[in-house]
Formats: sequence, C-alpha cells, structure tokens
Amino acid sequence: MKVPDSSGNIIAITGPPGIGKSCLVDGLLQRLTPALKVAVLAVDPTSPLSGGALLGDRIRLSVLDDKTKSDSIYVRSVATRSSSGSMPSIVQGLASHLLANAFDMVLIETVGAGQSEMRCAAVANRIIVVEGPARGDSVQAEKAGLLELADLIVVNKADLEGADRVINDLTISLTINEDAPPIVKTSAITGEGLDELAEKVTNLEERTSSRRARCRQKLLMAHENILIENPLFEGILDRMSQEGLELVDALRELSE
Amino acid sequence: MGARQRIVIAKPGLDGHDRGAKVVARALRDGGHEVIYTGLRRTPDQIVRTVMDEDARFVGLSSLSGAHSHLFPKICNLLRESGLNDVIVFGGGIIPESDRAVLFDAGVRAIFGPGTPSAEILEFVDFASTKDCGVGSKDDWHWGD
Repeated sequence: MKVPDSSGNIIAITGPPGIGKSCLVDGLLQRLTPALKVAVLAVDPTSPLSGGALLGDRIRLSVLDDKTKSDSIYVRSVATRSSSGSMPSIVQGLASHLLANAFDMVLIETVGAGQSEMRCAAVANRIIVVEGPARGDSVQAEKAGLLELADLIVVNKADLEGADRVINDLTISLTINEDAPPIVKTSAITGEGLDELAEKVTNLEERTSSRRARCRQKLLMAHENILIENPLFEGILDRMSQEGLELVDALRELSE
Repeated sequence: MGARQRIVIAKPGLDGHDRGAKVVARALRDGGHEVIYTGLRRTPDQIVRTVMDEDARFVGLSSLSGAHSHLFPKICNLLRESGLNDVIVFGGGIIPESDRAVLFDAGVRAIFGPGTPSAEILEFVDFASTKDCGVGSKDDWHWGD
C-alpha cells in the first residue's frame, strides 16, 4: 500500500488543547500500520520562562505496545524552542528526512492551537483541523482563521452531546464556499468514524482556495528563521531587555 | 545553568504511582531541559525504544514497587545492547540503601530517594553531562561517590 502521489504525505493534525489529537493519531496508526510506515512528529510548547519542555504526547500512543505495528512507526517529540509560532522550523527538515528514508507518511501533531495558529501550513501539505462539541455557538463556525485552511475537518468526541450540532453549524458555514472540506465525525473512545478517517487520510485532496495562504505561511516561517539564526539575535535581545536598546536600533543592527 | 538536555523519565514495571516521576519531570522542565515522560507501566523494551527514538541523553527510572533490582539492570543491559552507550541512567523512588551498590555496578549513575531537593537532581544532570559516564562507560563513578 502506498499513499497516492496526488495525496499529501505530510499531514498536520491541529486543533485546540485536549480535543483529542493524540488519541486520533493513535487511532490512525492502529489502522494505517503496518501497511504504511508512518512517522509522528509530536510538537509541545517550550516554556517561555525556563526554555524547558514537558513532552507528553507519547503517552496516548497505545499502538506502540503492539509489536506487529511498532516497527512501522517512529515517534519523535519536538519542543517549539525559540520559534515564535507553534511550528519549529526543524520539523520541516525532520519530515523531509523521514520521507526520504522509507516512511510513507509523516503526521505532525501540533501544539494545542487557537483560531489563528496557522504556521503548520508552512510545513504540512495537508491540514486536518480537529473540533469538538461544546466549544461555542454557531458564530464560532463562521469565524475566519484556522478552519479556512483545513483540507479535512474532524469533529471528535462524538460520544458527547452536541457533536451533531457542531457538524451542522460547520456544514452550513463551509458549504457557502465551493471547495468545502469533508467533515468526519469521530470518537476516539468508541472508535466511531476512525475507519472512515483513516481511509480519507490516505487520499486527501488539497483545498486549492487555501494555496496562497499556505505560501504566505512558508514565506513568514523562512523569514523568521533568517532572523532567529542571525548570530546577533540573542545578544541584541539581551541589550533590549537589560540596556534599553530601542526596537528601531535593534532592527537596524539586525538588518546590517 | 548547564546546556539543555533531552531526558526521558520512565516508569518501568507494574507500578501505578507517578507523582514522584511527575515532580521530577516538572523540576527538570523548570531547569530548562526537555523532558519526555513515558507514562505508567512501561517495559524495559519500550523504555529503551523511547530513549532511542527521542535521542535522549539521560533516562530517569522511577520505581516504588520493589522491582528495581530486576528492572534497572535489565534496562542498562538493553541500552548497551542497542548501542546507546552514551546514555546516562539515573533512578529514584523507594530504593533501599542496601540495594544501591548492585544498581551502581549495573551502570546507574545516581539514585535519588524521597526528600531529595530538585536542585540536586539538576546539579547531577549538569555535572554528569560533562562527564564520560554513559551506561557503556568503564568509569565506575556515581553521584555522591
């Protein structure tokens, strides 16, 4: 089994904290492996205070206990480190490297993401946005942001009350556009919808209306990397915080 | 503060208490390290695989069930068999003084019992990271030696 070329092979799974991203990744791995070799890059936030991180996404991956599948899976926890967005630039390199080394698919599990955290679009060629019940009224479904970049929307926690209403709100909102993404209803607890999700994931069509927005994220990420990798960056940061170096002067020094 | 390390905190065996492991994980996080927590009831194989996949420099083993004399040396051996000779192993939990010499001989570099200040564990990580004291090293140094 191979992922068709027309489909994406770097897939971001994003959505708010605690919505079930890790459990859905587990459900997908249960169904996709060992037929496919799948790598998971699980991103968790770095502390802005200490620079440390607690990376706990592995805990949910019960699939790793299955000897017949675990050899087809690679899981790497990634901290956001110094990147300003939620997607550290190293993920791009890791994903390319894994695909070049016999992995068929890379799943990027993002940090718990808010409405405007779209940096995953710079790395992934497909985006799955996970939503769930009891996260607001129908106006939430109309708001601009992350949902507009989704190639597939998953409404998880279908075992809880209110999932159908969320699907209804999303459907009404999204079908105004011509290339509305498919919506899949899942429950990581009962397993509902996971077979359908696994099938869709291996053949996800790109939503063409979001192509320009993706390119925008790519450019922003590349630009930020140039800034962070500037050898003067940390020193200038110190001088701004300790010696009162002005922003305009800092920018001038960085661009020299 | 020393360089940032990647550290796996693991709960081997049939032991359902991880408050201590979580406190240590949190202290290491606040000390600026990247901590990968395995969750409860991991086998030695699973722990070694995690250390390998995550490219961790340290692995901290927490045990309160009394099975440390079996599990800790087994994990040290598996690390060496997997070629992960540079990985530094430390442990904690309820480990009687009389059991410790055997664990140090097996390659464990520090044992932290109840009441250890978290600053001491951070000190150990900083100090050990500058030494050649991976599980495959011939050096018989251990913390508090």
